[in-house]
Amino acid sequence: MSVTTDTGPVLSADGKPLKRSLNKALRAQKLRALALIAPLLIFVLVTFIAPIADMLFRSVENQIVSNTMPRTTAELAEWDSDTSELPGDNVFEALYTDIFLAAEAKKHTRLGSRLNYEQPGVSSMFRSTGRNVDEIGEDQIKALEDLNGAWEDETFWFTLMTGGDGAEGNPSLLKQQAASLSNLTESVYPADIGFVPGQAISDLLPQTASAYTSFALFSAVDNGDVVAEEEPWAAVKLALIQDLRSGVDLSSYSGPGAAELAEAQDLATSLPPVDFKAGFIDIDEEWADAENWTTIKMYSPDFTSGYFLNAVDYQKTPDGFAPRPEDEQIYNTLFQRTLFMSLMIMGSCILLGYPIAYLLANLPMRTANLLMILVLLPFWTSLLVRTSAWKVMLQQQGVINDTLVWLGLIDEAGRLVMINNQFGTIVAMTHILLPFMILPMYSVMSTIPQTYVRAAKSLGATNWTAFWRVYFPQSVPGIGAGSILVFILAIGYYITPEIVGGTTGTFISNRIAYHISSSLNWGLAAALGSILLVAVLVLYWAYDKIVGIDNVKLG
Amino acid sequence: MKLTKTLLATTALTVAGASAHAQDMADSMTLVSWGGAYQESQHKAYVEPYLAMNGGVTATWDESSAEAVAKLRAMNEAGNITWDLVDVVASDAMRLCDEGLAMEIDHDELLAPAPDGTPASEDFGDLIVSDCFIPQIVYSTTFGYRTDMVPAGTEPPSSVCDVFDLETYPGKRSLQKRPIDNMEWALYCDGVEKDDIYDVLSTDEGVDRALAKLGTIKDQVVWWSAGAETPQLLADGEVFMGSTFNGRLFSAIAEQDQPIGMLWDMQSFDLDGWIVPTGLSEDRLARVLDFLRFATDTQRLADQAKYISYGPARASSAPLVGQHATLGIDMAPHMPTDPANAGNIHIYDYEWWADNRDDLDAKFQAWLAQ
Amino acid sequence: MADTANSDAFVEFERVQKSYDGENLVVKDLNLSMPKGEFLTMLGPSGSGKTTCLMMLAGFETATHGEIKLDGRPINNIPPHKRGIGMVFQNYALFPHMTVAENLSFPLEVRKIGKSDREAKVKRALDMVQMGSFGGRRPAQLSGGQQQRIALARALVFEPELVLMDEPLGALDKQLREHMQFEITNLAHQLGITVVYVTHDQTEALTMSDRVAVFDDGRIQQLAPPDELYESPENSFVAQFIGENNTLEGTIKEIGEDVCLVQLDDGELIDAKPVNVSKVGDRTTISIRPERVEVDTAKLGDKAHTLKAEVMEFIYMGDVFRTRLKVAGKDNFIIKTRNSADQRRLQPGEQIEIGWLPRDCRALDAV
Repeated sequence: MSVTTDTGPVLSADGKPLKRSLNKALRAQKLRALALIAPLLIFVLVTFIAPIADMLFRSVENQIVSNTMPRTTAELAEWDSDTSELPGDNVFEALYTDIFLAAEAKKHTRLGSRLNYEQPGVSSMFRSTGRNVDEIGEDQIKALEDLNGAWEDETFWFTLMTGGDGAEGNPSLLKQQAASLSNLTESVYPADIGFVPGQAISDLLPQTASAYTSFALFSAVDNGDVVAEEEPWAAVKLALIQDLRSGVDLSSYSGPGAAELAEAQDLATSLPPVDFKAGFIDIDEEWADAENWTTIKMYSPDFTSGYFLNAVDYQKTPDGFAPRPEDEQIYNTLFQRTLFMSLMIMGSCILLGYPIAYLLANLPMRTANLLMILVLLPFWTSLLVRTSAWKVMLQQQGVINDTLVWLGLIDEAGRLVMINNQFGTIVAMTHILLPFMILPMYSVMSTIPQTYVRAAKSLGATNWTAFWRVYFPQSVPGIGAGSILVFILAIGYYITPEIVGGTTGTFISNRIAYHISSSLNWGLAAALGSILLVAVLVLYWAYDKIVGIDNVKLG
Repeated sequence: MKLTKTLLATTALTVAGASAHAQDMADSMTLVSWGGAYQESQHKAYVEPYLAMNGGVTATWDESSAEAVAKLRAMNEAGNITWDLVDVVASDAMRLCDEGLAMEIDHDELLAPAPDGTPASEDFGDLIVSDCFIPQIVYSTTFGYRTDMVPAGTEPPSSVCDVFDLETYPGKRSLQKRPIDNMEWALYCDGVEKDDIYDVLSTDEGVDRALAKLGTIKDQVVWWSAGAETPQLLADGEVFMGSTFNGRLFSAIAEQDQPIGMLWDMQSFDLDGWIVPTGLSEDRLARVLDFLRFATDTQRLADQAKYISYGPARASSAPLVGQHATLGIDMAPHMPTDPANAGNIHIYDYEWWADNRDDLDAKFQAWLAQ
Repeated sequence: MADTANSDAFVEFERVQKSYDGENLVVKDLNLSMPKGEFLTMLGPSGSGKTTCLMMLAGFETATHGEIKLDGRPINNIPPHKRGIGMVFQNYALFPHMTVAENLSFPLEVRKIGKSDREAKVKRALDMVQMGSFGGRRPAQLSGGQQQRIALARALVFEPELVLMDEPLGALDKQLREHMQFEITNLAHQLGITVVYVTHDQTEALTMSDRVAVFDDGRIQQLAPPDELYESPENSFVAQFIGENNTLEGTIKEIGEDVCLVQLDDGELIDAKPVNVSKVGDRTTISIRPERVEVDTAKLGDKAHTLKAEVMEFIYMGDVFRTRLKVAGKDNFIIKTRNSADQRRLQPGEQIEIGWLPRDCRALDAV
């Protein structure tokens, strides 16, 4: 028996609130239901939701710049791009370390390609710099190696940097370098790589220790080598020279290689300073162009609106957003064209599909089945075959033109241009998408009993009035469902416009495909795709507002 | 009982033997190429003989070369490389190599020397445009025209600039839907010296000039994106002239007997070859390298020319180029590398296009859409 | 049979035939004439051709042969919307996308009747079916009975002289159906309209109609007022189809003006009224209503023939007793006796004698 009071909640027999008992009883049911749909849910998440989320993310993601050049972008924060002066030496020194590491990891050209979308020429700037970054400080390193063969000896370096057996290590430096490096290489660095930088040496020669640690991590994990058996990079040696030139006091150092270090410091201070800026400009004079630096600084943040701006024919400038040059504007045109042509295709599908669906719904079963097979026939042939068939039909030396010439309706010179333009795309896509219009229309129409039209006629309506006032309004949900289906399919269509669209009949999806597979500008492709997705959702929302989505019926 | 034991032992040995072998070399390969007649020539010239020599090995073709860079990038991101050997054009090979998606190759160590002992690197010579690239063929993009549509009393076209001459040679043209090659031809025919083309094209005025020149024939152009389109358009009489790969034109002319003539003027030279993706397991790599050594030797490259009119990339293969496999005609005169054909050629600048492709493509597409 | 070429007739079928496939006739040589103001029901089992006749009258089917006249005019070639016939459909066919008022105003709109007129007529029609406050609703928001009323109102709103109803009450429950039967006949008489009503429910037909046309096998088997139909069926089909009925097979032994003697197949003799028999030796089916069977044979007089019967089952039904007997070898002979104070309750197994007045038992065609 349940106990009820006037004020308290309804209780069940065991005294617990009835609501909680009910929830408990329902929970098992809900869990079972969830378990039943779980496979589908997981499938949809993995194959549909996740890729879309990934796409949306890619359209704003820009971590490649800061991941590849963490030191440079940090130093560049100080630089004022309005001055049109080049950044200072500190930036170029950071650039040296970044590019050196990126070149080792082969990531510099990808960054080059990324920035080349915004600034032509950056691609080769990064490629040639990656190839020749060793030339910077070449003379100084050579002098160091000539001074003492130890500086070319991997064991000496290893001992120097670890501080010898039993020396106090500096694992935090290792950790810090591993974190920074893994952003670049996307490798996972274990705690034990067979090397820990010595505490003493990392206090004394911080740049050298950092550079050597990066080198050690990269050798051990990415190259799979033993650190102690590898001669350090030029970058490590250059870091040593820079450390020594900065005037460190070696007198208190007594660890391994103290003598060699002292000797090297004498040499380093006597050598001319390493001019990183000149070195880079020697490799590629594009580095002397402040515009390139402006681009790098502008695209330093981890997230960018650049792809979206590009997708609507705008671009980022130091002064904010501005329209792209007129001779590069294309996406707005393409979006408008895609929408316009999808609507045209949808409209012609309605016009052609309605009578067929009506016939299907009102013919005797046998005839209707035959007609249905004819409607479905296109589904059983490959999309490419159907599109190519339209090519044969519509081209200037094609079947239709030949027939018209033969009939004498047009002369040889006046053959109609019906393909490689919007007309061709609309014709071919209408044909291909027609079944998607007919089927929902048919399934709605077949649920409208004949008696409605009969009733209308018995009430005095002519055939037309009976159709228009009584039959048609009831078939609108089918038109709605077919239209949404056809429109959404059309807006994302790719193959048919590519083959028969020429230059004026192509869709935005053709550019998306181009950026995915040819230019590899996935960010821009993702931005274009996101805009398309939003456009579809907005139209869907508008449809719901105007017509009402519950007016859509598939049967 | 004893028999069972023996049987078991034998089975175990066989299994062990098989798995030991499998660890050495994988017994299947996925090769990526372009499909069509070209892939067929590779299959006939290298793959069939190799499979015949190595029983139990299977090779699967994937016709994805056109999207090779995109797909390799995606595979690399997903950490699952399913391809073993990929046929790409030189510019894609450079890109893949730069990004570390293709393996760097020691050509002399991994590839067979020429029969006279010349090391592979010398035999391929300048064609090794990237450390990751193993060249197979030299091909060119050039023009074909309908011989029966040449206006009466006019010489057939002989220069690439006839493409822009609508008065003498009326009719439609088909051009590839991309700026590469078209921009160069336009400037060349607008009077720019061959050596200055890229300097001119590097300026905004130069781009405008090239597009203006293309604009003179724009409404007569059918733009293609697949190599098979121009031969088809020519065969249908849809266009009078069209650019495509010389091998496609050769098969339309020689194998299908179409009334098509071919221009050997300012044809754009390019290379096609193999790259090995990075990140292959040891057994797969071993199999691929074994195949690669065989498939790129002097004889195999010469054999390929029996099926398609692309020039073998090895110098030592040239003298071995014989006759067409079924037609019995000499192939050498149909090669883009034949001195008679290579009088005036255009060598396109990979580096320049790598820098300017995004920018020019945006301009080109905007121009197309106007 | 119905009289043909009646000059007073409002609706007339003259030798009408209908075939859908060119091989079988669904309606065979139909002749029917009804005067203005009549409520005529077409009754018959499904497939008997009654709905086809209605559809031909409405204009949705064309007659294969013969002529249909309305008010003296042949209407074979007049399209349905010009016939001016109101129609109520089995599933009401109310337009789901229009409100009740819009549904009613539809026939007025297509007749180009002015707005104020329309509104007045719609209101009057709704009031007529007691649905005055439902004008703004959609059909889906109404109950079956309410929809039925609206359908009726819609068929009447444009004041047709002839209204066709195709099993309009089929979807309603029993109580509602009986109520609606009453309302429909009332309305019809009030408005003085002519109604052709199709049903397969004989109670409905008997209670509502002025005349009933019983259809079978594409023909009208009998066209008569309900009482005549029940009491004087002209053939075995009608006798069987209308009401409960006992039949026995036999041969004519003697035949007179008002009475004949039938020898049943087991040899017993019984009296009947000759209806569909002509001479001695004809096979016949005799037909007797359960309530006309007399158990107290003393009441029939001495000369009456009687039959032996064995009581098989006794069912108490309140106002009547229903008893199943075994007569002449058949054990499905039913008799109904009134539950009056002196009525005996027969016990199963009991041997009794039964008989009837010759005028109550009709000797019909052999089945």
